[in-house]
Amino acid sequence: MDTRPRSFYVLAGFFALFLLFLYGPMISVLVLSFQGPEGGLVFPMNGVSTHWFDKLWQGGGQVEIGGALRRSLKLALLVMVLTVTISVLAGLAFRRRFRGATLLLYVAIASLIVPSIVVSLGIALEFRLIDDAIKAIGMDLGIEWIQNDFVSALGPFSSGLGAHLTWTLPFGLLIMFAVFNRFDPAYEEAARDLGATPWQTFRHVTLPMIAPFLIGVAVFGFTLSWDELARSSQVMGADNTLPMQLAAKTTTVTDPEIYALGTATTGGSILLVIMMFTLASLLQRRRQRG
Amino acid sequence: MTKAQAVELAAVTKRYGDALAVDAISLKVKAGSYCCLLGPSGCGKTSTLRMIAGHESVTDGDILIGHTVVNEDPPAQRGTAMMFQSYALFPHLSVAENVAFSLRMKGVGRDQRISRAKELLDLVSMADYADRKPNQLSGGQQQRVALARALMTEPSVLLLDEPLSALDPFLRVRMRSELKRIQKELGISFIHVTHSQEEAMALADLVVVMNDGRIAQAGPPREIYNAPRTPFVARFIGGHNIIEEGGRTITLRADEVSLMPPGEAPESHRAAKVSDIEYRGPDVRVSLETERGEELTAVLGERAFFDRPLDIGSAVAVGWRPEAVHELSAEG
Repeated sequence: MDTRPRSFYVLAGFFALFLLFLYGPMISVLVLSFQGPEGGLVFPMNGVSTHWFDKLWQGGGQVEIGGALRRSLKLALLVMVLTVTISVLAGLAFRRRFRGATLLLYVAIASLIVPSIVVSLGIALEFRLIDDAIKAIGMDLGIEWIQNDFVSALGPFSSGLGAHLTWTLPFGLLIMFAVFNRFDPAYEEAARDLGATPWQTFRHVTLPMIAPFLIGVAVFGFTLSWDELARSSQVMGADNTLPMQLAAKTTTVTDPEIYALGTATTGGSILLVIMMFTLASLLQRRRQRG
Repeated sequence: MTKAQAVELAAVTKRYGDALAVDAISLKVKAGSYCCLLGPSGCGKTSTLRMIAGHESVTDGDILIGHTVVNEDPPAQRGTAMMFQSYALFPHLSVAENVAFSLRMKGVGRDQRISRAKELLDLVSMADYADRKPNQLSGGQQQRVALARALMTEPSVLLLDEPLSALDPFLRVRMRSELKRIQKELGISFIHVTHSQEEAMALADLVVVMNDGRIAQAGPPREIYNAPRTPFVARFIGGHNIIEEGGRTITLRADEVSLMPPGEAPESHRAAKVSDIEYRGPDVRVSLETERGEELTAVLGERAFFDRPLDIGSAVAVGWRPEAVHELSAEG
């Protein structure tokens, strides 16, 4: 057997360090979330229990996250659906090589290099302008509910949704580019040749063939929205998303309930990813078997 | 099956931007005949086929199927069906559902369309594979399925884009006779694109040799082989020597060239030296260099060659019958 060169051990050490940084924090939080009832925010463990999970589940502790959790989940699901739909349609459009396609692509992708926090601030500023306009219209036309109740158009499902889509759509579009780059147009021509309408071609040929990749886009869209903090920070109005709530709580909470929350949400994400990939491999297998 | 239809191209032109792919070609393919579009890559044969199929728009000119101009008709309304070079079988559908796809698009129920698909799979001897997925089939099997799927639409003209190029040589020869059998059985017109002159000779009633977006020559295989019109055609179909003789460009089939010991033949036309010998089984290919510096090829029957074997460097007299000379037109 060949002896390994020294570089192997150097690189292996580097890789071990990488793994430690990647999973070490997660494992620490995981372990600390099972802290005993008398335990604190840091090691050592003071007994082992599910006390903090119970407390989180019952609510009323220092961490009140029910609303934020539901809001984040709804937002992430909506972002997921929109990302998949718009990316597929845009991907299809770009296959046609229309005039200005390259420019349009750069415009769509370039926003990724703008720092998220700047995007967030900018969207908030835009919405101030919109708010002012709405209030002015309310005054001019004497619309009562605007005058009495309207505060701001900022919110998770207006400005927040937009902010998240600025993040997920470029990625979704890039994935669809890669997918359609390898998609042989002969399949669609064959369908057309066999009498399929454009819609039938999409429904019975294109869509089933790209479906496994769409699951990837969906998972991407969901997780990007689910843990987005910087872009969310200025645009959610009076409401908080889960990451925002967590960020706020890390500075004020004094017990391991926050770790229980971290473990629970991480577990949720992992479960979702596993579910999606199981679905993808089932689709693949159905394709291969008779 | 529907009736076979004739296909007619009238000054059909295809331009991609500034590039001219097909240059005003005119052609008549009789109903029920087997036509091969033959030429090197980039000669416009595939563009021509795709225009007939309706997958490529016609820049100028008319395409007629039967008596109808079909320039603006979508592919499915032309009565044509196309078999793609990559077969383009839908990977997510079973073999039977692939074949039944056109019926499914028309809203035919599952049982009915699957039983019809089985009939066509029978025609191409693939009935046992109805429930498989395309990626579980070999190249030859996929091709049969693609053929069955194209025939499902009951076309009057079947268009085949390099259908045999993805197969190994052995299978290619077998599928070739299969294609011919099916074409005869159905009696419909086949238009088949290929870059293999051997394939075209073996299959076609009408060989259309294309070069640079134009038709160099169209005719039955024997006519093309015995009387190539231009040096390009003679070179492309192979087995020809092109030489200058008395101010004319003539072609001489390699199997019409006879080799004799120098001085033995009074009517010999060239003195030459053997530059290479290639043994090919049924015959032997002898490359020659004449005193004038021309390169000639002679193909001799195996037995004839070994009755009077030659070596590289041997001096020979090259002769041919006067009837074997065929004059070429200068252009092309």
